[in-house]
Amino acid sequence: MIEARNIHFTYPNGVEALSGVSVEVKTGEFMAIMGQNGAGKTTLVKHINGLLKPTKGEVLVNGTSTKKVSVAKLSREVGFVFQNPDHQLFCETVEEEVAFALRNFNFSKQLIKKRVTWALNLLSLTQYRQTSPFMLSGGERKRVALASVLAWNPDIVILDEPTIGQDHQQKEKLRQFIVQLNTQGKTVIIVTHDVEFVAECNPRVALMVQGKILADGPANKILTNRDLVAQASIVPPQISQIFFELSDQDLPQDIINVYDARDVIIKRLEAST
Amino acid sequence: MSVFEGFKFRRVYSPIHQLDPRVKFFYVLAIFVIAIMFNQLLPLILLFLIQLPFVFIAGVQREWIRSLRGALLFATMIFVFNFVFTYFWTEYPLLPSPSLLEHSIAMTLRFIVLVESFSVFFLTTSPDHLGLALEQSHVPYEFCFAFTTAVRFVPVLAEEAQTIMDAQKARGLELERGNFIKKVKNYIPVLIPLIVSAIRRSLELAEAMESRAWGATKKRTNLYVLRMKRGDYVLILISATILILAAYFWIFYREQIPLLSSLLIPLRLAAA
Repeated sequence: MIEARNIHFTYPNGVEALSGVSVEVKTGEFMAIMGQNGAGKTTLVKHINGLLKPTKGEVLVNGTSTKKVSVAKLSREVGFVFQNPDHQLFCETVEEEVAFALRNFNFSKQLIKKRVTWALNLLSLTQYRQTSPFMLSGGERKRVALASVLAWNPDIVILDEPTIGQDHQQKEKLRQFIVQLNTQGKTVIIVTHDVEFVAECNPRVALMVQGKILADGPANKILTNRDLVAQASIVPPQISQIFFELSDQDLPQDIINVYDARDVIIKRLEAST
Repeated sequence: MSVFEGFKFRRVYSPIHQLDPRVKFFYVLAIFVIAIMFNQLLPLILLFLIQLPFVFIAGVQREWIRSLRGALLFATMIFVFNFVFTYFWTEYPLLPSPSLLEHSIAMTLRFIVLVESFSVFFLTTSPDHLGLALEQSHVPYEFCFAFTTAVRFVPVLAEEAQTIMDAQKARGLELERGNFIKKVKNYIPVLIPLIVSAIRRSLELAEAMESRAWGATKKRTNLYVLRMKRGDYVLILISATILILAAYFWIFYREQIPLLSSLLIPLRLAAA
């Protein structure tokens, strides 16, 4: 359970990135935070593992204020996967890379070995166990970064722009993976620009504009609301655009993914014949 | 990081920003030389004050104060070292006398004056201008370009270092944990990604430049050419005057510069 209570954050250079954000994420929820560049999305999620502390207000993670515990301690519960894997990979082998965090958390030797094997297997990286992470492709590096965080099995997983630089196939794998994590009862929060990706996942969506949360609700309600989407400078999902163009056909307006659209259209065709 | 903040150029317009960087550099050099010439408090205070109008005309007071604040740690160190070492290892009066105090303050102020002048120079000179000045001083273009690029990438690198630190902290790295050697080792997970990405970026930059025909023309022309204007001559005049005056005093009156503390004693007597 994550609670942000009216938090404000101003960077040392005077830029106010968050101006009064209140949000509550329940355990096991899947949430996407969306909005244009500079809306404060990354700043907000950096508050959850304590990398940033609010200048006003407070953030509670499972009941403890982030001001009271260190980032290292909070990270045991909150796994944060950064946007660019090159910002964290530094070890000689993939295995070492995945074990790095576990060493920091003082896991026992046997447990480290077990968790590394588990994480590499989870992200189908076992064949690269002894490879240097710098020799891998972009998508593989991203997976190593993900494995290195999931290895300690945090309850809350935050992914900053997980889809950037991934091809369609990788995105689809990632989507299934995230959904799988979520069904295991983990709280998953993604920060993204990728409307189509969110539309297919259909999570809870929070739209951010200029350091404030503009709207918060299920994806099919938020992403199909023309006014909200325009204010957050987001292009609605393509399916929703088609349905909007067909609004004179008396079709439902809260359709955002292909599967629902197919069902609706087939039903309509069957009815008309 | 705050020390660097005080040297970061921001695009503003003021009479000082418009000046020729070569002239500004001459001014900084003049201040530098004078600061090294004198080790008494009185001239150094004057030197400090002389620069204030410069800062205010340029309108960079806030950044300038930040750079001074960044230099505070070093300034304190210089003061303490001067005080302690001159006290124990020279034939200065043994008690912590006012003159010893004044000497230590003077040494600290000398450092502050140097920081002050360089900070003003970098705060009011855009990297582009600086490169242009180098180029027009017949430095080979490759070096000018390397220099401006290096300057240009400092803030980018600083930002990247911060991101990397955050990413590793999120993986349980505690930078401040352990003894000195452990603390240095803690920075390895930050330094490696930083260096790797800097190298990767430089290769990318080189490729991007070559694909845009960098170095195709041997004789380059510039859109902007630095030309000396009236303001530049005025600044040269001011710097030269200060320099000559300082040299004059240094040659003829070096030994007679009074200690401020000795000036204070008659005042105290008069008060009593």
